[in-house]
Amino acid sequence: MHMDYAIITHGESRSFPEGDEFLANAQAEADVTVHLGGGAKADTSKTAVLVELTTECLGVYTGEHAGTEGSNMLGFARYRNGDDAPSGLIELVRQPASDEAALEAARAVFEAAGFQVVVSADQQGRIIDRLVRPKYNDALRFLDEGLAAAADIDLTCRHGLGYADGPIERVERGGLVHHYEVSQRLFETYGAAGFAPARRAHVAKQRSDGNG
Amino acid sequence: MTDQIKTVGVCGAAGTMGAGIAIVSARAGFRTLCFDMAEEGLAKAKAQSEGFFAKSVERGKMTPEDQEAALANLSATTKLEDLAACDLVIEAVFEDLRVKQDLLGQLDGICPPRTLFASNTSTLSITQIAAGCERQDKVVGMHFCLPAQLMKLIEMSPGLNTSEESFQAAWAWTEAAGQMPVKTQDKPGFILNALLVPFNNDAIRAVEAGVASPADIDTAIKHGLGYKMGPLELIDLIGLDTQVRLCEAFYPITHDPRAATPPLLSRMVAAGHLGRKVGRGFYTYDGNAMFGG
Repeated sequence: MHMDYAIITHGESRSFPEGDEFLANAQAEADVTVHLGGGAKADTSKTAVLVELTTECLGVYTGEHAGTEGSNMLGFARYRNGDDAPSGLIELVRQPASDEAALEAARAVFEAAGFQVVVSADQQGRIIDRLVRPKYNDALRFLDEGLAAAADIDLTCRHGLGYADGPIERVERGGLVHHYEVSQRLFETYGAAGFAPARRAHVAKQRSDGNG
Repeated sequence: MTDQIKTVGVCGAAGTMGAGIAIVSARAGFRTLCFDMAEEGLAKAKAQSEGFFAKSVERGKMTPEDQEAALANLSATTKLEDLAACDLVIEAVFEDLRVKQDLLGQLDGICPPRTLFASNTSTLSITQIAAGCERQDKVVGMHFCLPAQLMKLIEMSPGLNTSEESFQAAWAWTEAAGQMPVKTQDKPGFILNALLVPFNNDAIRAVEAGVASPADIDTAIKHGLGYKMGPLELIDLIGLDTQVRLCEAFYPITHDPRAATPPLLSRMVAAGHLGRKVGRGFYTYDGNAMFGG
């Protein structure tokens, strides 16, 4: 199923930086509108209204109604490890009563653009950040505790688990400040200790705030 | 001491990990004595090893001559006393401290004083395991990755009483066996399981919390992070019952709530959804061939 899409830009997009092919292939008008850069506007005349998310939930834009929320407005984020280039994965965010036709149209838009699409409930951190941020916090803590050298922790994960890169090199490449911000939002939302940013992320954040 | 390791014993050789370790050892040219309690288990492991080597030849990873030599290096026994001939004994038995301590205690009375003992434990303390025998200076942690016959990495951990000479000898053996050792402290789960057990549990809890389907979680992790396997595929491979045992070994030591057995995992194990080995876990499967070759 081919779906045209139009783009409405509210600010800088983490998913589709300037020059991204997805931007070039947009139409002036279409049944699917894609809102980039931290803004959204409901439009029930459209098949789907797609809202780019960073660390916020879709409910921030739609409101929530005792678990019955859902409309043609969906969230999405192209997964990106901090300052790394965006990946080829789109996390599509739905609510309990999201419109199925909107989901189908959103999937069609992104798949036609060559992205792998997964569907996540509207939970903080969606799929990936919810799972990897505690792991990065653990790895940073292990480093502090002297379990092994950073290079050996990374080597172990690459060769023992088949990861493309190790957790220390990955979280540092993406930026410890970014990691702090994502982890802190998860921690504030759920209160689970695993989400609490590791000491090294606190240090990086304090330095970026001019306290170093 | 490294040059003196000619014969390697593998305890628990009928298990997935033990059979893989035996392949690694035999393939590298060491006489390898596979010990387990039941003959039928050893026979099955032998058949799997033969199949693995045959596939390795088919895929050009091994010559027929090397295959023949590797198979000739493998022998099996159900008598623990036969391990008296070993220079190095690697245990890969049930992940239970008492079981491992008892085994090393028995081996202590069987093997000559020079024999090194290595434990493939993934969660338990090497120091505590070593406390089951008198030669605590000759006990090292040697945690292979699953599937051992394909994965090069080994986490090497000295216990508090392990001598540097023993550790270096064991380290050198892993290199001679073509593996890639990495040193870690003797801490719960070392590196791999300390990261992996809570991570896998988080993935199970995400399924239970309705965050996403198992397939979407695995796809997200593979495509977003570049992992070769998603966490739920991996749990299906290692077995959901094994994941429960890892939690049961890990949580009482660490008291990390993320290491506690997720309720969904307990329910799936109770329902017999144990993963690939039974054809049903987070996914359904046809066939149960040994990995790789």
